[in-house]
Amino acid sequence: MPTLAELMQRGRAVPGARPWPRVQVDAELWQTAGQLLAEGHWTLLGLWADSGAVHMALLAEPQAGPGILSLDCANGKFPSIGRLHPPTVRLERTIQDLYGLEAEGASDSRPWLDHGSWGVRHPLGEWTPSPVAPMPAYNFLEAEGEGLHRIAVGPVHASVIEPGHFRFTVNGEAVVRLEERLGYAHKGIDGLMREAGLEQAVKLAGRTSGDSTVAYALAFSRAAETALQIEVPARAVWLRALMAEMERLANHFGDIGAICNDASFVVMHAQCGTLRERVLRAAEACFGHRLMRDRILPGGVAADLGADGIAALRGLLQEARRHFPTLIKLYDNTASLQDRTVGTGRLTPELARQFGCGGYVGRASGRDFDARRAFPYAPYDQLQFDVRVATEGDVNARVWIRIWEVEQSLALVEQILDRLPAGPVRVGLNQGSGNATEGMAIVEGFRGDILVWLRLDADGKVARCHMRDPSWFQWPVLEAAIEGNIVADFPLCNKSFNCSYSGQDL
Amino acid sequence: MHRILFDNLAKGTLTEPPPAPDESALAELAAALERNARRKLGRSLSIRQVDAGSCNGCELEINALGNPFYDLERFGLRFVASPRHADVLLVTGPVTRNMQIALERTYRATPDPKWVVAAGDCALDGGMFAGSYACLGGVSAAIPVDLHIRGCPPSPTQLLKGLLALLQVDKAR
Ligand code: SF4
Repeated sequence: MPTLAELMQRGRAVPGARPWPRVQVDAELWQTAGQLLAEGHWTLLGLWADSGAVHMALLAEPQAGPGILSLDCANGKFPSIGRLHPPTVRLERTIQDLYGLEAEGASDSRPWLDHGSWGVRHPLGEWTPSPVAPMPAYNFLEAEGEGLHRIAVGPVHASVIEPGHFRFTVNGEAVVRLEERLGYAHKGIDGLMREAGLEQAVKLAGRTSGDSTVAYALAFSRAAETALQIEVPARAVWLRALMAEMERLANHFGDIGAICNDASFVVMHAQCGTLRERVLRAAEACFGHRLMRDRILPGGVAADLGADGIAALRGLLQEARRHFPTLIKLYDNTASLQDRTVGTGRLTPELARQFGCGGYVGRASGRDFDARRAFPYAPYDQLQFDVRVATEGDVNARVWIRIWEVEQSLALVEQILDRLPAGPVRVGLNQGSGNATEGMAIVEGFRGDILVWLRLDADGKVARCHMRDPSWFQWPVLEAAIEGNIVADFPLCNKSFNCSYSGQDL
Repeated sequence: MHRILFDNLAKGTLTEPPPAPDESALAELAAALERNARRKLGRSLSIRQVDAGSCNGCELEINALGNPFYDLERFGLRFVASPRHADVLLVTGPVTRNMQIALERTYRATPDPKWVVAAGDCALDGGMFAGSYACLGGVSAAIPVDLHIRGCPPSPTQLLKGLLALLQVDKAR
């Protein structure tokens, strides 16, 4: 078996790919890679298309960093990896929808994001837009058997959440099969990115998934800075991490409460909602926006932290440290709550590994991966934090991973405040290097690793930007985790995953 | 558990304080909202939220309306699960083409009299997503809108102000 480095040596290196190598391969090497993925040697980080080509990011050993394979699609086709390795199936369906490139031999060629309502087909394809023929009704997978019935939910849900459709097949109260249909939040961000200037593009990136606006803006900015080889001032780098940890705190507080709420345990919801609100108010005091939107951009950050902000953050730390331990005890000691979370929605370690699940979803199922540690980017390489892992893979384990992450983030915020360097927070960009450039970045958002791959043209405008949300590898395993659970536990289970709709629909 | 409940009793509520001369915007807003809601609709106003392709930022702030600081339900304003129970549709997002039918059906399922509030810059005109092949570009491109609340996302206070404005609009419906 070749190592990833060996396999990559057989391809033709693409000059200027930063910071990780990208090589041009033929169809045979492409398939060999798929085979090795399927055998479990490597992890898939992403699969996306460009004009007339497909790219696949792979990870063998985190220490060695990712490698990217590219294949030119002769006649608009490429050999399907999804037929060997299920995590790629939805990505290939998306490539087909947006680019019209066909995954040959694919086991599932149903459309994914395209619901037949755009007025064009293959909107980003080279030879199209194709004429639009009415799209046949979507074929949900069959589930047959005595006493089975189906429940259709969404896209408009019963609470204040994002749009998506769930098709449950149920036997009595037990879920026999869940099939997701997504794409309702597809806004065409890939298309809007084309030819956008960096300022516009980073704003779009920050609107890919509202709860991860900091993480996306950070990932995009780092990819752009890598492409343009720009050094960001130290203070900006530290402020970015501060924002990222505040975003993680806000989301974990909100979700821990919301999970308990779905088990009808309202006290936790109220208490955690209070902590979340305190984080958002501190964010407003620090950076002038509750979600810290549009505060990170290529070259640095758009707002500096003043004395008021620091005081607000110190107050927040105090408050959280006073109240959160009591809440943890409450969670741990309430039998009625534990009854709902322990053993519910179990994701097996095998599946988490196969799908390369990021964030608390992976870490609650034994996958010891965190982009802040795997590809240490500044300032995390200078900060102390633990990444903890559990193996039970149930709702309870995902709650606990989040609880531990809250503790780590509080510690990180404190370290950052203690050591925040002085100096400028932004550098100007040398607009357009006169050459096409490319860059990639992977950052740890609150729900897992976000990948951004960026190609800039000679004027410094975006030629192609691919953003891969962690949810791509979390949504599919939710279908498996819910099997055998009762319908009433779905909200609880779903919330413990909290996959992004907008981030995967893009 | 007991400790938390006890602490809360001892500490008092978090809900923003009753009107004081300054910095009482929220409380004032709350009182005005309540007055108007009662006058127009009796004791409650039921809101059905529809995400028509938002980035989810708007939803986060709409959800924040329920936290102990804003405590929306004290005014008789509440989120309901079905459009058939709703007086107001609160719609977010640039209305993706993939959500258009679902939005229109939800609108039709909401009994008259009803109001439509478009929340967020996207819901006004598509925001950053205007011009995409995948978006209609604003809620009014799909259904009639009574009120827009700007912001990306609008803060909970802005949302409350918007709802208040809605109740003050004298509409013969
Ligand atoms: S207005 Fe802003 S926060 Fe709301 S959906 Fe649009 S981009 Fe997201």
